[in-house]
Amino acid sequence: MTTLETPIAELENVCVEYGTERVLDTVSLRIGRGDFLGIIGPNGSGKTTLLRVLLGLLHPRSGQVRLFGTEIGAFREWHRIGYVPQKAVAFESKFPASVLEVARSGRCGRVGLGRPFDARDREAALVALDTVGMASSRDQLIGHLSAGQQQRVFIARALASAPDLLVLDEPTVGVDLDAQEQFYSLLRRLNRDRGTTLVLVSHDIGVVAAEVTQMACLNRTLVFHGPPEDAIRSGALAQMYRPESLMVAHRH
Amino acid sequence: MPEILTYGFMQRALLAGLMIGTIAPAIGVFLVLRRLSLIADALSHVALAGVALGLLANTYPLAGALVVTLLAAVGIERLRASGRLFGEAALAIFLSGGFAVAVVLISLAGGFNVDLFSYLFGAITVVQPRDLWLILILGVTVLGAVAVLYKELFAITFDEEGARVQGVPVDALNLLLTALVAVTVVVAMRIVGILLTSALLVIPAVTALRLASSFRSTLWVAVACSLAAVLAGMILSYYLDIAAGGAIVLTSLALFSGAAVFGRGRGV
Repeated sequence: MTTLETPIAELENVCVEYGTERVLDTVSLRIGRGDFLGIIGPNGSGKTTLLRVLLGLLHPRSGQVRLFGTEIGAFREWHRIGYVPQKAVAFESKFPASVLEVARSGRCGRVGLGRPFDARDREAALVALDTVGMASSRDQLIGHLSAGQQQRVFIARALASAPDLLVLDEPTVGVDLDAQEQFYSLLRRLNRDRGTTLVLVSHDIGVVAAEVTQMACLNRTLVFHGPPEDAIRSGALAQMYRPESLMVAHRH
Repeated sequence: MPEILTYGFMQRALLAGLMIGTIAPAIGVFLVLRRLSLIADALSHVALAGVALGLLANTYPLAGALVVTLLAAVGIERLRASGRLFGEAALAIFLSGGFAVAVVLISLAGGFNVDLFSYLFGAITVVQPRDLWLILILGVTVLGAVAVLYKELFAITFDEEGARVQGVPVDALNLLLTALVAVTVVVAMRIVGILLTSALLVIPAVTALRLASSFRSTLWVAVACSLAAVLAGMILSYYLDIAAGGAIVLTSLALFSGAAVFGRGRGV
């Protein structure tokens, strides 16, 4: 066997079933260090399911998942993974939490059960907020921010634990175009300057194809995995989508 | 020393009241934000079954209440986590089931007596020294748990799935939180009575939500509102000879109304 660098995450023949319906069918995927992986696929293709398997929220029916080389069942270094949920489902807008409190809560996994946050955690949260350009809003209530600003605070929360892998689930839903542009430029910086590995699930094929370095096309099985240029050339996209949605992809 | 403080029963009642006034809102804030306000109500009705059992078996009623309520807390959490029932249906089952068991036990015991009545409606004259000890020990336990697990409780309340991804033991903490509610209900019922305990958890929390500028300040404001209501309610109860539970809850509601008006002014 050739000595390859340990991948950030590896899925091997993962199958997931809801009842009798198979939502993921023998999916094998390898996420290398420094990848910016976009996972795309039509509705119901298993994108979010794949993410939940990767994050340990869902146990596959069969197959193997390894994170940083460790079998997921034995994996404990969850602070190495930052997670940005879909904004819409993430929280109640009247929740009484300040921006700083939200960002700092991303340090839970790093600090450990039952230990209080200290000045370092506050500092790390502030640095993360600064990265996303939200440090000046630290004392505002999260519910008083715009959707785009909230999204950036959620990214700061994920960044507060200085993760090696950042996982984002449809992060730009409900966020206006200006904020989306800022958002992708932030992801580019994280990926290129810090070498953070990114996994992004999105339905927006055009944007994903333009931004990512690796693309995974999912339709219950993994239809394609490779650079985005090849996804278009190989016809993998055409295989998954109706022609009209492909036109949308080209227009971008 | 004011007259109110010269009586042993009043000193015990005030100490118990201060402890209740501190822990009830501290737990209540988490419950309200997780949309689980009804858990306190369900568990307090179950607590009545425990009290009835204690009286029937001629043991210490509060101990009976504590054991039965903690068991119900485990049951509720399992039923809720299994996802087999719609949201609050699990709570409704425990609320009515607990009360039904209580009523049957009471009829077996030959009906209501003064003692049972005091558990239902609360009273400031009934806190015995052993009640006070139990209340203080349980109260310190609840406060200690909230203090030690503050950041985890915040994380699961704000975003349960996000907390799970960070490796926070969400299921264990959910169970613990429900158990803490059970303990709080048992602590509170001596003074405010079974039927009004959930108000003590919920009203100061929603009052604080109108005023607070962060999660931490929500907790502090809730505790402050609750302590003010408990003290005012108990003093009114003593001088006007009215039920302490009712006086406390009405004071609490008055604060809530004030906060609602003030909060509207702030555009909250």
